[in-house]
Amino acid sequence: MFMAELAARKHVQFILSKAKEKDSYESVLMEHIRLNGAYWGLTTLDLLGKLDTVDVNEVVSEVLQCQHESGGFGGNIGHDPHILYTLSAVQVLALFDKVDVLDTEKVANYVAGLQNEDGSFSGDMWGEVDTRFSYIAICCLALLHHLDKINVEKAVYYILSCKNHDGGFGCTPGGESHAGQIFCCVGALAITGSLHCIDKDLLGWWLCERQVKAGGLNGRPEKLPDVCYSWWVLSSLIMIDRVHWINKEKLAKFILDCQDIENGGISDRPDDACDAYHTYFGVAGLSLLEYPGVKPIDPAYALPVDVVNRIILGIKE
Amino acid sequence: MSSSSSSDEERRWVPLRSRPEFSDVIPVEQDDGPNPVVPITYKEEFRETMDYFRALYKADERSLRALHLTSEAIQFNPGNYTVWHFRRLVLEALNHDLHDELALTEHIARGNSKNYQLWHHRRWVAEKLGTSATTEELRFTKNILSIDAKHYHAWSHRQWVLQALGGWEDELDYCQQLLEEDIFNNSAWNQRYFVITRSPFLGGLKAMRESEVCYTLNGIVARPENESSWRYLRGLYKDDNSSWVNNPQISSVCLEILNAKTNCVFALSTLLDLISHGFQPSQEFTDAVDALRISDSEQRDSDVAKAACFVLESVDPFRANYWQWYKNKHFQNA
Repeated sequence: MFMAELAARKHVQFILSKAKEKDSYESVLMEHIRLNGAYWGLTTLDLLGKLDTVDVNEVVSEVLQCQHESGGFGGNIGHDPHILYTLSAVQVLALFDKVDVLDTEKVANYVAGLQNEDGSFSGDMWGEVDTRFSYIAICCLALLHHLDKINVEKAVYYILSCKNHDGGFGCTPGGESHAGQIFCCVGALAITGSLHCIDKDLLGWWLCERQVKAGGLNGRPEKLPDVCYSWWVLSSLIMIDRVHWINKEKLAKFILDCQDIENGGISDRPDDACDAYHTYFGVAGLSLLEYPGVKPIDPAYALPVDVVNRIILGIKE
Repeated sequence: MSSSSSSDEERRWVPLRSRPEFSDVIPVEQDDGPNPVVPITYKEEFRETMDYFRALYKADERSLRALHLTSEAIQFNPGNYTVWHFRRLVLEALNHDLHDELALTEHIARGNSKNYQLWHHRRWVAEKLGTSATTEELRFTKNILSIDAKHYHAWSHRQWVLQALGGWEDELDYCQQLLEEDIFNNSAWNQRYFVITRSPFLGGLKAMRESEVCYTLNGIVARPENESSWRYLRGLYKDDNSSWVNNPQISSVCLEILNAKTNCVFALSTLLDLISHGFQPSQEFTDAVDALRISDSEQRDSDVAKAACFVLESVDPFRANYWQWYKNKHFQNA
């Protein structure tokens, strides 16, 4: 099935070099999302079987320093807490089986405190509402075994209020269907056992229409394909059991064509500049396509399957 | 993204350590955690600005100089949400004129408008200004959409403005104008649906259906390969399959496009949708679908729905499995 080859060793080097690179202007601009970066990089390493190249204690200590007294995490040390980085912190600790270093109750209270009366979630104390935050809250609380702290029924109801006539989901009610938001909504519905609330056939057709002639996937009609949608679209299709409706070989080829074979890394489209974000989504996409040598990833939790089994099912390897 | 977007300002930039109003501040460097692997050599001006910002932020100093400093820090890195947060605290404490914020966000948007913080700040300001901000917010989003007509943040903000502050009156005309510029603009179709279903002035989906069907069918005939217009058409009959099946305009537009023999995917899928909901196709449909077979060797079927699925499997090969599934699900016993 796979014509080209994944330059796994190069990608590992690329990720490790990105983690050390703190003096570039680009890395300074990323300073406030350092925890997101840690999640992308470390999950990539784990999928490629190289998580052991990282010093666990160093990572855990850095993550914990980003925690705010409210229980939430900032994107870096000294930055304000936000739900986005709180999930990244929990996911990173989950990779290393270190969630127990947290006062999980406190973190869960921070997240649960962001639920609004209508069931939606704000990103932080400033009140921005988005279905992205619904997913983040639900995923985070499930990983912490504290879903009972929120009104799940209302949370699901709000997500369903963002469903459009084309079967997709937007960021708020009436917002345009977008593959990234669809992942968030379908992921949250999957985790809460509510997938029966969506029209899988209609959504599945919209999602499989996202595959363009080049083999890649776009996020909305008439937009360019981008490797990141290999994750958002593909994971959604898997969660609703419709992944066989796209051409998987062509998609795998598109992702592999976006690799920098010499220096490692994956870009949004062939021949563009590589970054950690697209490298993660490319590798995660190949994982969903069952590419040999890449660990399987869970489409809802966005963590390796063995990590999810350990946390959710209590299965230790 | 950075100060380079305004070269004049960069030339005039005075280091904070040389400014008398900051002489009492002791800058605080970014703590990069234990064992930073490489010492940071940030671009000097940015680094210094952030060091002074950290000092004022740590001291929770809600002053005019703090406000000015956040403005500089934001221009260096508009993605840093903590700076925006602190700015709002300062604005509240000083009871500062919020109209300045509109200019700041517009300036930042000129550099990079795909930034969650910028839009969130803008909404916070508009919420405080109330209905007096309506016209300005509609103008601002229109301006961004004139550069990128599918800008997700701008559309979100615009939808919020309409619902929270009003200004629905010209929105349908605006959608029309954008669709005249680019009929493939899915965001404009989405906004059109938003307007006809939610505007307090139009009477809702059912009241708008007839005129919207005419408008959409014209657009479909002009560009039958347009996924967005077909989906919009179907959306007009959400939860009302019997009206969908019984409008003869729709099946006749399908037939017209099938007979033209190009870009038939959505016409075929719509025909299948109609049949699966009870539409009885005439012989004309059977003939039109039969004429679409690429070669005689292709599978044919006396049942028009199955025949349409076979055609789709060959003209839309990426989604062959979908069309196969569709055939088996709906027309197995036909």
